[in-house]
Amino acid sequence: MSKIPDDLVFTEEHEYVQQTDQPGVVTVGITDYAQGELGDVVYVDLPKPGAKFGKMEPFGTIEAVKAVSELFCPVAGEIVEVNDGIEGDPSVINKDPYGGGWMIRLRVKNPKDLDELLSPKDYAAHIGQ
Amino acid sequence: MQPFPLSPVATPLIFERSKPGRGGTRVPRPIAAKRAADVLPKAALRRDPPRLPEVPEFEVMRHFVELSLKNHHVDRALYPLGSCTMKYNPKVNEDMARLPGLAGLHPFTPDAACQGALELMHTLGEWLKDIAGMDAITLQPAAGAQGEMTGIFLIAAYHRSRKDTARKTVIIPDSAHGTNPATAALAGFTVKAIKSDARGQMDLATLKAALGPDTAALMLTLPNTVGRFETEVTEIARLVHEAGALLYVDGANMNALMGVVRPGDCGADAMHFNLHKTFSTPHGGGGPGSGPVAVKQHLEPFLPVPVLAKEGGAYVRQWDRPQSIGKLHGYGGNFGMHVRAYTYIAMLGREGIRETAQAAVLNANYLAARIEKTYPMPYGRGLHECVATGTPFKDQYGVKTLDIAKRLLDYGFHAPTVYFPLIVHEALMIEPTETATRDELDRFADTLLTIAREAKEQPELVTGAPRLTPVSRFDEAEAARNPNVRYAFGQ
Repeated sequence: MSKIPDDLVFTEEHEYVQQTDQPGVVTVGITDYAQGELGDVVYVDLPKPGAKFGKMEPFGTIEAVKAVSELFCPVAGEIVEVNDGIEGDPSVINKDPYGGGWMIRLRVKNPKDLDELLSPKDYAAHIGQ
Repeated sequence: MQPFPLSPVATPLIFERSKPGRGGTRVPRPIAAKRAADVLPKAALRRDPPRLPEVPEFEVMRHFVELSLKNHHVDRALYPLGSCTMKYNPKVNEDMARLPGLAGLHPFTPDAACQGALELMHTLGEWLKDIAGMDAITLQPAAGAQGEMTGIFLIAAYHRSRKDTARKTVIIPDSAHGTNPATAALAGFTVKAIKSDARGQMDLATLKAALGPDTAALMLTLPNTVGRFETEVTEIARLVHEAGALLYVDGANMNALMGVVRPGDCGADAMHFNLHKTFSTPHGGGGPGSGPVAVKQHLEPFLPVPVLAKEGGAYVRQWDRPQSIGKLHGYGGNFGMHVRAYTYIAMLGREGIRETAQAAVLNANYLAARIEKTYPMPYGRGLHECVATGTPFKDQYGVKTLDIAKRLLDYGFHAPTVYFPLIVHEALMIEPTETATRDELDRFADTLLTIAREAKEQPELVTGAPRLTPVSRFDEAEAARNPNVRYAFGQ
């Protein structure tokens, strides 16, 4: 069973979105299920702060031993912070996807976009859990 | 014939065989008047001489023969790597490629002095056009991915020539080969990925929604990576053309179709072949590959130079093609591969080409029928390959597809492609090709069923595999994260 924290919302492509203390800014990473399916992550390519992405536009790349995948921006917005540490040690994504393995902080363009993401219950159903 | 067992002992590196003074070769004194140190800047000189291994000739020979015996290849046993078409390469191909008049031909030979070689290339082109259902061809691309790039460049040039410059998007289904999105991105397009339906085929409604005035092309792998033929391909082509876009077919899986279905007849505007898959030229180990691209008439003006043509009674290489996308490869492409593919097609003939595709499809379906109850296939049986999922073993016994793949090595088989296509979880993608007897298919199926039993009864046998190879599991994650490819000389 993969961990699905209650306080997060999700995309069908297995990114999670977490509200930060700062209004309008969210943290984005990949779910525990996603890291388990990918296996050992060996490389991650993240954008620079200031970059803007549309809803579900690829914002980066993640490479595991068995596959390379795109990372999708759950909602439209601008990157305000990037977790540089995981580019040097991507194994954190496997060990702690919801904590140290976070990827980007994003200033949300249209807060209403957040309502369209999956609830923990819907995400659990999506991955057949 | 059961594959012979591997030597379980690891081969030492050639450096480890080295003993000071033991080298058997006398290197001639340099005849140059100046030494490197006299002509190169200091920064370009190495600080220490290279530590070349000192090994006599017979030890060098024994070292590499031992390694070659440990290598897995199509001359040794089944190599069922899905979507790679690892078929046996007939040795007559090699005989022809080594004919002195072909092997010794200098690439700068003027057209008039190499008419035979040009005729061979031209004839191969005619045959491939016939198999493709297309009007024109280039043999230049060095392999499949370069063929895709050529095709997408041709399509871009076509739109440019019509001042139709708003087309920035290439649509690619999630059942396509992984190189397709890379090709489109490299050629400067934005990739729009679309999901397959429950059959593992393209959904027409999804395609319609994705098509628009910004669409430059659709890249369609035919049959796709779950082995399915896109049964609505003519309607797909119609919709693509109606939107003003062109249809590119990735022909890497043509072993399922050659002599039976022609992509050109289905509405494709351009496609590539992989001679190193479908037409039995060497695959892997550096090949080299060869990826000819065949096109319809409206793309012909853009083909890379030189274009091989027949003028009067003579074969010529045409350079005066103002709309050409330019040159892609040195000389005429990988000519040695053209000789081998020519030989292969000539040996098989029209009927043989068709029967080869039919036998490849029959073999894959026979294998699927033998294993599908144990290894479920989410999209059913395909054409030339079968894609199974290892999910039941992972869920019930904690045995992953990677473990099953590694266990196959203990039985002397090469593992199939694993974890691809991405739309099948824990995928095992098996392509036996036509060059396997029914006996060998049975042995491979029996082995897969044995491993399934092991997964249930003694899972540690499978999760700990391979046991009989010189080395067991590598730490692939560590190797990718911290690659170390330099020998430390005993430090």
